[in-house]
Amino acid sequence: MIEVQNVSKFFGNYPAVEDVSFKVEKGEILGLLGPNGAGKTTIMRIITGYTPPTSGTVKVAGHDILHDSMAARAAIGYLPETVPLYTDMTVREYLLFQAAIRGVPNNKKGQRLEDVVETVRLNDYVDTHIGKLSKGFRQRVGIAQAIIHEPSVLVLDEPTIGIDPIQVVETRSLIKSLGGGDRAVILSTHILPEVSMVCGRVVIINEGRVIAEDTPANLALRLQNSRQVSADIRGPTKLVTAAIEKIPGVTSIHRESFEGHSQYIVECGVGNDCREELAKVVVANGWGLLSMQAKGMTLEEVFLELTTQEEA
Amino acid sequence: MADISAAPVKRMPRGMFREMTRNTYAITWKELKAYFTQPMAYVVAVVFIAITGFFFVDSLSGPLPLANLYGYLREIRWVLLVLVMGAVLTMRSIAEEQKMGTLELLLTSPVRDWEIVLGKYIATLIFFYALLLLTMFYPLLLKIFASPDMGPIWTGYLGIALAGAMFLAIGILASSLTNNQIVAAVLTLGILFGLWFLYLAEGFIGGLPGSAFVYISPRSHYDALVRGILDTGSIVYFITVTISALFVATRSLESRRWR
Ligand SMILES: Nc1ncnc2c1ncn2[C@@H]1O[C@H](COP(=O)(O)OP(=O)(O)OP(=O)(O)O)[C@@H](O)[C@H]1O
Ligand SMILES: [Mg+2]
Repeated sequence: MIEVQNVSKFFGNYPAVEDVSFKVEKGEILGLLGPNGAGKTTIMRIITGYTPPTSGTVKVAGHDILHDSMAARAAIGYLPETVPLYTDMTVREYLLFQAAIRGVPNNKKGQRLEDVVETVRLNDYVDTHIGKLSKGFRQRVGIAQAIIHEPSVLVLDEPTIGIDPIQVVETRSLIKSLGGGDRAVILSTHILPEVSMVCGRVVIINEGRVIAEDTPANLALRLQNSRQVSADIRGPTKLVTAAIEKIPGVTSIHRESFEGHSQYIVECGVGNDCREELAKVVVANGWGLLSMQAKGMTLEEVFLELTTQEEA
Repeated sequence: MADISAAPVKRMPRGMFREMTRNTYAITWKELKAYFTQPMAYVVAVVFIAITGFFFVDSLSGPLPLANLYGYLREIRWVLLVLVMGAVLTMRSIAEEQKMGTLELLLTSPVRDWEIVLGKYIATLIFFYALLLLTMFYPLLLKIFASPDMGPIWTGYLGIALAGAMFLAIGILASSLTNNQIVAAVLTLGILFGLWFLYLAEGFIGGLPGSAFVYISPRSHYDALVRGILDTGSIVYFITVTISALFVATRSLESRRWR
């Protein structure tokens, strides 16, 4: 439903987005994950047709966002990062206006209003002025306007930013329920747990480039193979360190000395599990292997890992 | 690739024209409603009616008032008033949307840029014409008690209506160029004053270029209509400038995407 192909965006000479490609299929919720300034908002603005890319193409529901813009835009529901709303309108007035400009037929507008207000649970606030709503409720209005025309593509830019933790949980389950079926959803975030909770697939971007793309589980798995191993070894530290260094795939070693033994934190590169090799080496030299543990990485660390790799 | 017809709510069921008018209408309606939630609009309305009332009373106190209401409409003060109205009524329209970020949703909705500009323009025009209609009460009041020559009054009103249409279009244009409504208002006043007093250039330049300046200035066109001369050229002038300004405003809105 969303096809982003070799998209780049330059602001002057500054590349905010560089050669980004990915797809979002029907029924899928894709997370666009990246730190501040990674280019998430820029990518979403390109997908929604707010900003044209410097190069590359974007297709939404089969329509080119530049050359068949009206049809592409008609298929999209969009929640911008800042949740821009007309504060002097009531929720009802605002949603009916959005319904009108997004092509909901007149005779269906009332029904759609009732439906979305129910979905985002704004029932008691339909006739409240948006200016009087809290941030969390404005976010709901923002989501309501994005789905009022039942778009086949939903673009949500940091949909849970700045709202309280309870509402964040609600919003996440709401987004999950909005995905599925015939709809393709893309959401951006810099909160890692959010991605594993909501998204079926993640595209991690950093400094405008895609640095990884996978399911949240696979990403964690991929990084598990490059995780740290902590081993307590009794033996001559210099020799032990030298021997570990020779193990293929080992990228770094940290040592801490204790009474009678040392703890080695060994880091292995992506795709290498050096635990077996490490055990062999220790045993072959007649040293004592007191304990060995793979340090599991949270997705948070995965992310740090990925972004620091890019910088290296 | 699934197309949008898979979506439960179908777009564009009744053809393109219906859709265009519908989009424009939606924007116009939203803008009009916005006027009535702003205290500013009420202030503008009251001040406008009060000042034009004063113009009317004042024109009656001159020599031969009843025979001819020329003085009521001809005065430069009428133009100044409409000029300021043009700036005040339009300064928010696009600038504020840009500032609040709401333009992002408007520009990403399936509404054409010209539909946005036109919708907003029509709203300001309706608001202005409604006020202008109210001021027609003054000359009509006079008609009850006396028999003034109404011809110049009607053409004069036509002149104001056309000049107002042009001023508002230029106001929309200025509002599309910035995200600060004060800057938009100042810009509108600058452009309008500049255009109005362009006719003075004839005094320095003379000849063909001089009369070109006179033509470009709305003053002579307005003056002709207020004198009771239903000059087609003048009507064409106002309509052309209005459409051009709206066209440039659309282009300017379009260019926002590239920034
Ligand atoms: N209109 C613009 N003009 C110039 N530079 C811009 C513009 N918009 C974005 N940038 C730059 O492009 C880069 C990417 O910005 P973007 O807003 O896409 O990041 P983001 O991933 O959404 O960040 P955040 O998490 O803070 O929202 C940033 O360095 C930003 O300064
Ligand atoms: Mg952002």
